[in-house]
Amino acid sequence: MHSFGYRANALLTFAVTIVALMCAIASLSDNLNTPSPTAEIQVVNINWFQKQTHGNDEVSLTLNITADLQSLFTWNTKQLFIFIAAEYKTPKNALNQVSLWDAIIPAKESAKFSIHTSNKYRFIDQGHNLRGKEFNLTLHWHVMPKTGKMFADKIVMSGYRLPEEYR
Amino acid sequence: MGWIGIGESVRSLNIKQSLFQLITLGMIVSSALMLWKGLICLSGSESPVVVVLSGSMEPGFKKGDILFLHMSNEPIRAGEIVVFKVQGKQIPIVHRVIEVHERQEMGEVDLLTKGDSNPSDDRMLYARGQFWLKRQHIMGRAVGFLPYLGWATIIMTEQPIIKYILLGVLGLLIITSKDERHKFSAAKT
Repeated sequence: MHSFGYRANALLTFAVTIVALMCAIASLSDNLNTPSPTAEIQVVNINWFQKQTHGNDEVSLTLNITADLQSLFTWNTKQLFIFIAAEYKTPKNALNQVSLWDAIIPAKESAKFSIHTSNKYRFIDQGHNLRGKEFNLTLHWHVMPKTGKMFADKIVMSGYRLPEEYR
Repeated sequence: MGWIGIGESVRSLNIKQSLFQLITLGMIVSSALMLWKGLICLSGSESPVVVVLSGSMEPGFKKGDILFLHMSNEPIRAGEIVVFKVQGKQIPIVHRVIEVHERQEMGEVDLLTKGDSNPSDDRMLYARGQFWLKRQHIMGRAVGFLPYLGWATIIMTEQPIIKYILLGVLGLLIITSKDERHKFSAAKT
Protein backbone atom coordinates (compact mmCIF):
# COMPACT_ATOMS: atom_id res chain seq x y z
CA MET A 1 0.00 0.00 0.00
CA HIS A 2 2.64 2.55 1.04
CA SER A 3 4.95 1.77 -1.82
CA PHE A 4 7.65 4.11 -3.13
CA GLY A 5 5.47 5.13 -6.09
CA TYR A 6 2.54 5.92 -3.83
CA ARG A 7 4.64 8.13 -1.56
CA ALA A 8 6.34 9.89 -4.52
CA ASN A 9 2.92 10.60 -6.03
CA ALA A 10 1.58 12.03 -2.77
CA LEU A 11 4.66 14.22 -2.34
CA LEU A 12 4.47 15.52 -5.91
CA THR A 13 0.76 16.31 -5.61
CA PHE A 14 1.34 18.16 -2.35
CA ALA A 15 4.29 20.12 -3.78
CA VAL A 16 2.35 21.16 -6.88
CA THR A 17 -0.64 22.23 -4.76
CA ILE A 18 1.59 24.37 -2.53
CA VAL A 19 3.32 26.02 -5.51
CA ALA A 20 -0.04 26.74 -7.17
CA LEU A 21 -1.34 28.24 -3.92
CA MET A 22 1.76 30.42 -3.56
CA CYS A 23 1.38 31.66 -7.16
CA ALA A 24 -2.27 32.51 -6.52
CA ILE A 25 -1.42 34.39 -3.30
CA ALA A 26 1.41 36.28 -5.04
CA SER A 27 -0.98 37.30 -7.81
CA LEU A 28 -3.72 38.30 -5.34
CA SER A 29 -1.25 40.39 -3.33
CA ASP A 30 -1.02 42.77 -6.32
CA ASN A 31 -4.50 44.00 -5.40
CA LEU A 32 -3.15 45.44 -2.14
CA ASN A 33 -1.09 47.96 -4.06
CA THR A 34 -2.87 51.23 -4.86
CA PRO A 35 -0.63 52.96 -7.38
CA SER A 36 -0.56 56.71 -8.01
CA PRO A 37 1.36 57.15 -11.26
CA THR A 38 1.83 60.58 -12.79
CA ALA A 39 2.69 61.54 -16.35
CA GLU A 40 2.88 64.51 -18.64
CA ILE A 41 3.25 64.49 -22.41
CA GLN A 42 3.90 67.53 -24.55
CA VAL A 43 3.93 67.84 -28.31
CA VAL A 44 7.09 69.88 -28.79
CA ASN A 45 7.08 70.06 -32.57
CA ILE A 46 5.27 68.89 -35.72
CA ASN A 47 8.29 67.71 -37.73
CA TRP A 48 6.33 67.25 -40.93
CA PHE A 49 2.74 66.64 -41.99
CA GLN A 50 1.74 65.35 -45.39
CA LYS A 51 -0.60 63.27 -47.50
CA GLN A 52 0.95 60.03 -48.74
CA THR A 53 0.77 59.18 -52.45
CA HIS A 54 -2.05 56.67 -51.79
CA GLY A 55 -4.10 59.24 -49.88
CA ASN A 56 -3.47 58.61 -46.16
CA ASP A 57 -2.37 61.45 -43.91
CA GLU A 58 0.91 60.97 -42.08
CA VAL A 59 2.41 63.18 -39.39
CA SER A 60 5.70 63.15 -37.53
CA LEU A 61 5.81 64.57 -34.01
CA THR A 62 8.41 65.33 -31.39
CA LEU A 63 7.25 64.49 -27.88
CA ASN A 64 8.42 65.36 -24.42
CA ILE A 65 7.45 62.61 -21.97
CA THR A 66 7.83 62.92 -18.22
CA ALA A 67 6.48 60.18 -15.97
CA ASP A 68 6.80 58.67 -12.53
CA LEU A 69 5.50 55.10 -12.58
CA GLN A 70 7.44 53.74 -9.61
CA SER A 71 4.32 53.12 -7.55
CA LEU A 72 3.16 50.51 -10.09
CA PHE A 73 5.92 48.14 -9.09
CA THR A 74 5.25 45.42 -6.53
CA TRP A 75 7.29 42.38 -5.54
CA ASN A 76 5.37 40.35 -8.14
CA THR A 77 6.15 42.73 -11.00
CA LYS A 78 8.43 41.45 -13.72
CA GLN A 79 8.27 44.47 -15.98
CA LEU A 80 6.17 47.37 -17.12
CA PHE A 81 5.22 47.83 -20.74
CA ILE A 82 4.26 51.42 -21.49
CA PHE A 83 3.19 53.08 -24.70
CA ILE A 84 1.78 56.36 -25.90
CA ALA A 85 -1.15 56.27 -28.28
CA ALA A 86 -2.86 59.00 -30.24
CA GLU A 87 -6.62 58.50 -29.98
CA TYR A 88 -9.17 60.28 -32.17
CA LYS A 89 -12.46 59.92 -34.03
CA THR A 90 -13.03 60.23 -37.77
CA PRO A 91 -16.23 60.13 -39.85
CA LYS A 92 -15.29 56.57 -40.89
CA ASN A 93 -14.01 55.23 -37.58
CA ALA A 94 -15.56 55.52 -34.13
CA LEU A 95 -12.13 55.01 -32.59
CA ASN A 96 -8.58 55.20 -33.89
CA GLN A 97 -5.70 54.24 -31.61
CA VAL A 98 -2.24 54.65 -33.08
CA SER A 99 0.76 53.72 -30.98
CA LEU A 100 3.48 56.36 -31.31
CA TRP A 101 6.12 55.26 -28.87
CA ASP A 102 6.65 52.40 -26.40
CA ALA A 103 9.15 51.18 -23.83
CA ILE A 104 9.80 48.28 -21.50
CA ILE A 105 10.67 49.26 -17.95
CA PRO A 106 12.42 46.34 -16.28
CA ALA A 107 12.94 47.80 -12.80
CA LYS A 108 11.51 50.30 -10.34
CA GLU A 109 14.70 52.38 -10.48
CA SER A 110 14.12 53.27 -14.14
CA ALA A 111 10.39 53.99 -13.76
CA LYS A 112 10.94 57.70 -13.19
CA PHE A 113 12.11 59.31 -16.38
CA SER A 114 11.95 62.20 -18.78
CA ILE A 115 12.52 61.67 -22.47
CA HIS A 116 12.57 63.81 -25.60
CA THR A 117 11.76 61.76 -28.70
CA SER A 118 10.11 61.74 -32.09
CA ASN A 119 7.45 59.10 -32.72
CA LYS A 120 8.89 55.57 -32.94
CA TYR A 121 5.99 54.18 -35.01
CA ARG A 122 4.45 55.96 -37.96
CA PHE A 123 1.37 58.05 -37.25
CA ILE A 124 -0.76 57.27 -40.31
CA ASP A 125 -4.50 57.82 -40.54
CA GLN A 126 -6.90 55.52 -42.39
CA GLY A 127 -7.81 58.23 -44.88
CA HIS A 128 -7.08 61.96 -44.89
CA ASN A 129 -8.79 63.34 -41.80
CA LEU A 130 -5.83 64.63 -39.79
CA ARG A 131 -5.83 68.31 -40.83
CA GLY A 132 -7.09 70.35 -37.89
CA LYS A 133 -7.92 67.10 -36.07
CA GLU A 134 -8.11 67.16 -32.31
CA PHE A 135 -6.67 64.08 -30.61
CA ASN A 136 -5.84 62.75 -27.15
CA LEU A 137 -2.42 61.50 -26.17
CA THR A 138 -2.78 58.57 -23.81
CA LEU A 139 -0.13 56.90 -21.72
CA HIS A 140 -1.02 53.21 -21.29
CA TRP A 141 0.76 50.79 -19.02
CA HIS A 142 0.58 47.02 -18.83
CA VAL A 143 1.98 45.40 -15.72
CA MET A 144 3.50 42.01 -16.47
CA PRO A 145 3.62 39.94 -13.29
CA LYS A 146 6.18 37.31 -12.32
CA THR A 147 3.14 35.09 -12.13
CA GLY A 148 -0.62 35.50 -12.28
CA LYS A 149 -2.98 38.18 -13.52
CA MET A 150 -1.87 41.02 -15.78
CA PHE A 151 -2.97 44.58 -15.06
CA ALA A 152 -3.45 47.55 -17.37
CA ASP A 153 -4.53 51.17 -17.05
CA LYS A 154 -3.97 54.56 -18.64
CA ILE A 155 -3.72 58.32 -18.18
CA VAL A 156 -5.46 60.43 -20.82
CA MET A 157 -4.02 63.80 -21.78
CA SER A 158 -6.56 65.56 -23.93
CA GLY A 159 -6.66 68.47 -26.28
CA TYR A 160 -4.02 68.44 -28.97
CA ARG A 161 -4.85 69.86 -32.35
CA LEU A 162 -2.96 69.17 -35.57
CA PRO A 163 -2.32 72.13 -37.91
CA GLU A 164 -4.88 73.03 -40.57
CA GLU A 165 -2.36 72.75 -43.42
CA TYR A 166 0.21 70.14 -44.49
CA ARG A 167 3.80 71.15 -43.91
CA MET B 1 -14.69 -30.53 -7.43
CA GLY B 2 -13.32 -28.02 -4.91
CA TRP B 3 -10.51 -26.59 -7.07
CA ILE B 4 -12.84 -25.94 -10.01
CA GLY B 5 -14.94 -23.68 -7.77
CA ILE B 6 -11.84 -21.76 -6.69
CA GLY B 7 -10.84 -21.41 -10.33
CA GLU B 8 -14.22 -19.93 -11.24
CA SER B 9 -14.19 -17.40 -8.40
CA VAL B 10 -10.63 -16.32 -9.34
CA ARG B 11 -11.73 -15.87 -12.93
CA SER B 12 -14.76 -13.73 -11.95
CA LEU B 13 -12.52 -11.70 -9.62
CA ASN B 14 -10.13 -11.14 -12.53
CA ILE B 15 -12.94 -9.89 -14.75
CA LYS B 16 -14.21 -7.64 -11.95
CA GLN B 17 -10.72 -6.29 -11.42
CA SER B 18 -10.04 -5.49 -15.02
CA LEU B 19 -13.48 -3.90 -15.39
CA PHE B 20 -12.75 -1.76 -12.35
CA GLN B 21 -9.41 -0.73 -13.82
CA LEU B 22 -11.11 0.20 -17.07
CA ILE B 23 -13.61 2.37 -15.20
CA THR B 24 -10.91 4.20 -13.21
CA LEU B 25 -8.96 4.79 -16.41
CA GLY B 26 -12.12 6.13 -18.03
CA MET B 27 -12.74 8.34 -15.01
CA ILE B 28 -9.26 9.86 -15.25
CA VAL B 29 -9.57 10.52 -18.98
CA SER B 30 -13.09 11.94 -18.73
CA SER B 31 -12.27 14.22 -15.78
CA ALA B 32 -9.29 15.61 -17.72
CA LEU B 33 -11.61 16.20 -20.68
CA MET B 34 -14.19 17.84 -18.41
CA LEU B 35 -11.54 20.18 -16.98
CA TRP B 36 -10.42 21.20 -20.48
CA LYS B 37 -13.95 21.70 -21.84
CA GLY B 38 -14.92 23.56 -18.65
CA LEU B 39 -11.97 25.92 -19.19
CA ILE B 40 -13.13 26.46 -22.78
CA CYS B 41 -16.62 27.36 -21.54
CA LEU B 42 -15.31 29.71 -18.84
CA SER B 43 -12.79 31.49 -21.06
CA GLY B 44 -14.90 31.56 -24.21
CA SER B 45 -11.79 30.74 -26.24
CA GLU B 46 -11.34 27.54 -28.22
CA SER B 47 -7.84 27.15 -26.77
CA PRO B 48 -7.90 28.66 -23.25
CA VAL B 49 -4.26 27.85 -22.46
CA VAL B 50 -1.37 28.39 -24.88
CA VAL B 51 2.37 27.85 -24.62
CA VAL B 52 4.71 30.58 -25.84
CA LEU B 53 6.87 29.09 -28.58
CA SER B 54 9.14 31.97 -29.58
CA GLY B 55 11.04 34.84 -28.01
CA SER B 56 9.26 37.63 -29.87
CA MET B 57 7.61 38.93 -26.68
CA GLU B 58 10.75 38.82 -24.51
CA PRO B 59 11.45 39.81 -21.84
CA GLY B 60 7.74 39.69 -20.96
CA PHE B 61 7.06 36.18 -22.17
CA LYS B 62 9.82 33.66 -22.72
CA LYS B 63 9.67 30.42 -24.62
CA GLY B 64 7.93 27.81 -22.46
CA ASP B 65 5.74 30.20 -20.49
CA ILE B 66 2.01 29.54 -20.25
CA LEU B 67 -0.67 32.10 -21.07
CA PHE B 68 -4.33 31.99 -20.10
CA LEU B 69 -6.62 33.36 -22.75
CA HIS B 70 -10.00 34.96 -22.51
CA MET B 71 -12.36 35.66 -25.38
CA SER B 72 -15.25 38.05 -24.87
CA ASN B 73 -17.32 40.46 -26.93
CA GLU B 74 -15.54 43.40 -25.36
CA PRO B 75 -13.78 45.45 -28.02
CA ILE B 76 -10.05 44.95 -28.45
CA ARG B 77 -7.91 47.97 -27.58
CA ALA B 78 -4.32 48.99 -28.27
CA GLY B 79 -1.82 47.48 -25.84
CA GLU B 80 -3.67 44.23 -25.29
CA ILE B 81 -1.83 41.01 -25.97
CA VAL B 82 -3.84 38.89 -28.38
CA VAL B 83 -3.45 35.45 -29.87
CA PHE B 84 -4.24 35.38 -33.57
CA LYS B 85 -4.15 32.92 -36.41
CA VAL B 86 -3.21 34.05 -39.89
CA GLN B 87 -4.87 32.30 -42.81
CA GLY B 88 -2.61 29.60 -44.24
CA LYS B 89 -0.49 29.31 -41.10
CA GLN B 90 -0.94 26.54 -38.54
CA ILE B 91 0.66 28.03 -35.44
CA PRO B 92 -1.08 30.92 -33.66
CA ILE B 93 0.96 34.00 -32.74
CA VAL B 94 0.95 35.89 -29.42
CA HIS B 95 1.64 39.61 -29.98
CA ARG B 96 0.59 43.03 -28.78
CA VAL B 97 -1.94 45.27 -30.55
CA ILE B 98 -0.35 48.61 -31.46
CA GLU B 99 -3.00 50.08 -33.73
CA VAL B 100 -6.81 49.99 -33.66
CA HIS B 101 -9.22 51.44 -36.21
CA GLU B 102 -12.80 50.69 -35.22
CA ARG B 103 -15.66 51.49 -37.62
CA GLN B 104 -18.72 53.51 -36.70
CA GLU B 105 -20.91 50.47 -37.36
CA MET B 106 -20.48 47.83 -34.67
CA GLY B 107 -18.14 44.93 -35.06
CA GLU B 108 -15.84 45.90 -37.89
CA VAL B 109 -12.30 46.59 -36.72
CA ASP B 110 -8.79 46.79 -38.19
CA LEU B 111 -5.88 45.82 -35.93
CA LEU B 112 -2.13 45.94 -36.27
CA THR B 113 0.11 43.88 -33.97
CA LYS B 114 3.78 43.76 -33.05
CA GLY B 115 6.01 41.56 -30.89
CA ASP B 116 7.57 43.55 -28.05
CA SER B 117 11.11 42.51 -28.98
CA ASN B 118 10.62 42.56 -32.77
CA PRO B 119 12.01 45.63 -34.54
CA SER B 120 8.98 46.13 -36.79
CA ASP B 121 5.25 45.42 -36.92
CA ASP B 122 3.63 42.16 -38.03
CA ARG B 123 2.59 43.00 -41.60
CA MET B 124 5.36 40.66 -42.77
CA LEU B 125 3.78 37.80 -40.85
CA TYR B 126 0.27 38.34 -42.20
CA ALA B 127 -1.04 36.66 -45.33
CA ARG B 128 0.11 38.10 -48.65
CA GLY B 129 -1.60 41.42 -49.29
CA GLN B 130 -3.14 41.53 -45.81
CA PHE B 131 -2.64 44.87 -44.06
CA TRP B 132 -4.88 44.46 -41.03
CA LEU B 133 -6.04 41.77 -38.63
CA LYS B 134 -9.81 41.41 -38.38
CA ARG B 135 -11.91 40.25 -35.49
CA GLN B 136 -12.22 36.73 -36.90
CA HIS B 137 -8.44 36.20 -36.76
CA ILE B 138 -8.35 36.74 -33.00
CA MET B 139 -8.49 33.60 -30.83
CA GLY B 140 -8.35 35.37 -27.49
CA ARG B 141 -6.53 37.90 -25.36
CA ALA B 142 -3.94 37.02 -22.75
CA VAL B 143 -5.13 37.69 -19.19
CA GLY B 144 -2.83 35.59 -17.00
CA PHE B 145 0.64 34.18 -16.97
CA LEU B 146 2.54 31.24 -15.48
CA PRO B 147 6.27 30.86 -16.08
CA TYR B 148 8.13 27.72 -17.30
CA LEU B 149 5.23 25.20 -17.15
CA GLY B 150 4.94 25.04 -20.93
CA TRP B 151 8.35 23.43 -21.26
CA ALA B 152 6.75 20.03 -20.62
CA THR B 153 4.65 20.29 -23.78
CA ILE B 154 7.50 21.77 -25.83
CA ILE B 155 9.77 18.85 -24.89
CA MET B 156 7.00 16.35 -25.60
CA THR B 157 6.22 17.75 -29.05
CA GLU B 158 9.89 18.02 -29.98
CA GLN B 159 10.76 14.55 -28.61
CA PRO B 160 7.67 12.34 -29.08
CA ILE B 161 9.51 9.32 -27.61
CA ILE B 162 9.49 10.96 -24.18
CA LYS B 163 5.73 11.39 -24.48
CA TYR B 164 5.22 7.68 -25.22
CA ILE B 165 7.55 6.61 -22.41
CA LEU B 166 5.70 8.91 -19.98
CA LEU B 167 2.30 7.66 -21.11
CA GLY B 168 3.46 4.03 -20.82
CA VAL B 169 4.86 4.47 -17.32
CA LEU B 170 1.74 6.33 -16.15
CA GLY B 171 -0.57 3.64 -17.58
CA LEU B 172 1.53 0.92 -15.97
CA LEU B 173 1.47 2.74 -12.63
CA ILE B 174 -2.32 3.10 -12.71
CA ILE B 175 -2.83 -0.59 -13.53
CA THR B 176 -0.31 -1.97 -11.03
CA SER B 177 -1.33 0.30 -8.15
CA LYS B 178 -4.99 -0.69 -8.51
CA ASP B 179 -3.89 -4.32 -8.69
CA GLU B 180 -2.13 -4.06 -5.33
CA ARG B 181 -5.12 -2.47 -3.64
CA HIS B 182 -7.43 -5.17 -4.91
CA LYS B 183 -5.14 -7.96 -3.78
CA PHE B 184 -5.06 -6.29 -0.41
CA SER B 185 -8.83 -5.96 -0.08
CA ALA B 186 -9.33 -9.45 -1.46
CA ALA B 187 -6.97 -10.87 1.15
CA LYS B 188 -8.77 -9.06 3.91
CA THR B 189 -12.18 -10.56 3.18
